Amino acid sequence: MKLLRRIFPHPHLTILLTLVWILLANRPSLNSLVFGLLLGIVIPFITQPYWPDRPKLRNWPMVVEYILVVLWDIVMANIAVARIILFKRDEDREPNWVCIPLELRTPEAITVLAGTITMTPGTVSCDLSAQGHYLLVHCLDAPDPDAVRDQIKSRYERRLKEIFE
Amino acid sequence: MEFLFELLIAFFLIVSGVFGFVGSFGMIKLKDPMSRLHAPTKATTLGVGGVLLASIGHSLLIERHLSLHELLITLFLFLTAPITALFIAKWHIHRHEKPENLPDVGEDELWATHAVQHDEDIPEHTTK
Repeated sequence: MKLLRRIFPHPHLTILLTLVWILLANRPSLNSLVFGLLLGIVIPFITQPYWPDRPKLRNWPMVVEYILVVLWDIVMANIAVARIILFKRDEDREPNWVCIPLELRTPEAITVLAGTITMTPGTVSCDLSAQGHYLLVHCLDAPDPDAVRDQIKSRYERRLKEIFE
Repeated sequence: MEFLFELLIAFFLIVSGVFGFVGSFGMIKLKDPMSRLHAPTKATTLGVGGVLLASIGHSLLIERHLSLHELLITLFLFLTAPITALFIAKWHIHRHEKPENLPDVGEDELWATHAVQHDEDIPEHTTK
């Protein structure tokens, strides 16, 4: 078991790298599988010093649920933002800063949250507070900043908390 | 059957074209720099996503072989696009926003961009 841990210090990264390599080759064959696996073993081994205390992902069904929720939100937000751009007069639009108090403390979880907010059209995460307790988000059209804050907290942060912490 | 497949692929291409166009149009229509930042995030999600779905559909339904490396484009875009947006946003805050114009941060006092030491030798023409 200890030997296995030494060969595969980061099993998830090994699987991910192998998968990425096979996808890059775009033709599943033994050749690309072996070489991908080789990369998947060598790269985590070399980069080991760069992730001293990586978080454990604890809730895998939640990861799938999170990805689906985000994809759905991206489609919906795209339509909403398209309507704002096409049909709303620029003077009626209310761009706003929203401040989101964070319950997440893991840097990786905050990174995922900030990335998600940026990839959902209509919101861009802009800055973190000096001690990392708040996230600054810019909204394209938010007459009610509190509603945006509550939505981000309940849809994304709650799920990320279950995944990472 | 072939016709239905082509219809589906054409649908995804049109979706991506429409959202790509709206994204570019937003760059012209929106007036303030922070709002302009929102337009490209649209083009990189549904705009690119539609083309990729059409590409996967074409190779699967018409050429009859599975091609999934389009998924990697999505993966790499989702990794890189937020970082570009964050850089532009931070630049904007650094140059054009004062701490009192941004929401209050309570006990943390400042946003991270403002919490750095002020750099004195910024050339005149870049500040407003």
